Amino acid sequence: MLEWLIESPWMTWSVAVPMIGAMAVFLSPRVAGWVGLAFAGLTMLAGLAVVAQVGFDGDQLYTLGGWGAPLGIDFRADGLSALMLGMTAVVGIAVSIYARVYMAADRDKERRFWPLWLFTWAAMNGLYQANDVFNLYVGLELMGLSAVALVALTGTGQALWGAMRYLLVSLLGSLAYLLGVALLYQSFGTLDLHLLGERAEQGWLVAVPLAAMIAGLMLKTGLFPFHIWLPPAHGSARAPVSALLSGLVVKASFYLILRLWFTFDPAGDGLPLLLGSLGAAAIFWGSFQALRQTRLKLLVAYSTVAQLGYLFLAFPLAGMDPTLAWGGAIYMGVSHALAKGAMFLAAGSIMTQSGHDEISGLDKVVERMPLTLTAFALAGISLAGLPPSGGFIGKWMLLQAATAQDLWFWAFVIISGGLLTATYVFRVLGFAFTESDHKREAHDVPPTMEWTALLLALGAVALGFAAPWMLPLLDGVVP
Amino acid sequence: MTSAALFALAGVGLIAIGAWSLVMRAHLIRKILAVNIMGSGTFLILVGAGGGSPVDPVPQAMVITGIVVAISATALALALVLRIANATGKPALPEDFERDLMDREDP
Repeated sequence: MLEWLIESPWMTWSVAVPMIGAMAVFLSPRVAGWVGLAFAGLTMLAGLAVVAQVGFDGDQLYTLGGWGAPLGIDFRADGLSALMLGMTAVVGIAVSIYARVYMAADRDKERRFWPLWLFTWAAMNGLYQANDVFNLYVGLELMGLSAVALVALTGTGQALWGAMRYLLVSLLGSLAYLLGVALLYQSFGTLDLHLLGERAEQGWLVAVPLAAMIAGLMLKTGLFPFHIWLPPAHGSARAPVSALLSGLVVKASFYLILRLWFTFDPAGDGLPLLLGSLGAAAIFWGSFQALRQTRLKLLVAYSTVAQLGYLFLAFPLAGMDPTLAWGGAIYMGVSHALAKGAMFLAAGSIMTQSGHDEISGLDKVVERMPLTLTAFALAGISLAGLPPSGGFIGKWMLLQAATAQDLWFWAFVIISGGLLTATYVFRVLGFAFTESDHKREAHDVPPTMEWTALLLALGAVALGFAAPWMLPLLDGVVP
Repeated sequence: MTSAALFALAGVGLIAIGAWSLVMRAHLIRKILAVNIMGSGTFLILVGAGGGSPVDPVPQAMVITGIVVAISATALALALVLRIANATGKPALPEDFERDLMDREDP
């Protein structure tokens, strides 16, 4: 039994289980919530099992059906994949527990939510383990389509527009990526990431497809100035959906950029500088927009635009000590997933309780929902990068990379971005502690919803202590 | 001119046409058609990459998968357009709401 558990191909299970689950929910609409949650739990276990396999045995390779590349499909999981799988498992299960309660009020939406979410999870798990550029494309498309449908689930005109814009952007991004795949295949005759890395040399044959792919993925990640679709889509979706999109889905396309970058390791300073500058612009623009918002969910969505900018700061900083800069960005990404998930879940609880999400009408939320407000504040601490949170570790590593190379401009961006984040988080907290004359309703919020948000936020803070176990996973991944 | 280059040029042309109408057209169904045309352009480049002798089957397999993805995406997009038209009364995004969707000179 134990041997079977260790030997079992968990990499395939982590994709197959959510797919089976999605179909099982379709077949049992009456108990959709519980069936969905059960399969979410199994998916989490499969994902964490892959993390354990990578942690104990090193990189994993699995050839589906015994047919290897070039015609078959290979799954490969290294340290970076493991980190992303683990992140998805933790945030995924927390949001699933929250959604089981949150969606139960609306039976019709509930039975549509679960299959779409499980498909999204399957697509993300597949994407993190895909070993060739074409299966990455398939994963990307499957994830994009289910994410768009999740946004449309709200059903209002605003949400439908948001979903439509998201779909057009997403399709455009995947087409640019596919164009890059076509050009790569034409030049090097293979789709396998490792073979591509060996055969590809610097020059136009790599630069042109890489530029097309990265441009498409920037569009899908929502990097400034391609972020315009992101706040309306993330802000108008249902609370668990916003948490999933902001926390996890945008990270998948960022992961893909990293994977391509590590595979081809392009020389030259131009592209890293461009990506870093766009990241810096995203930090400032996203934070200023977040400060100007009057609705809580839009504030959190603009905060995602700003925080995504941080991930791209690693490109110009990777020169001297790549492990430090890339490790920092990846750590930022993982802790942002937990913190932003917690923040959107907390915002969803506040919205359920008071029936609106006007920031000026928060009206002593602290008295009504102390747990939820604690979750919001803890998530804010991690986003702003205050110690001892996970966000602090990520920012600290980026800052070290910047100061070690005397790149003071980037250090300035990192620090002032943190200050701006603290400003908009405390603006919300200020309104939450004071009274307002805003008319309010008072609905009951199930404790499960409050506790899942709080535990996720605590996880984001606790990540600050997990660095010694998590960062070694990246050895050998970073070029 | 080799056939691969011809395919590639035609593909780039289709992508350009599609990109132009994706940006310029307000009607959502036209935007969806535009994305489809861009997709066809990309597929053409892919197929062109597998030409020559013997013919390479891998790009063809990729194009078939790509077509399946494109069909699902189009179906989802069309369903969304229907919902948008029902909910808001016009098959367009808010920024294009004032425009005449048939592109007539005098609405």
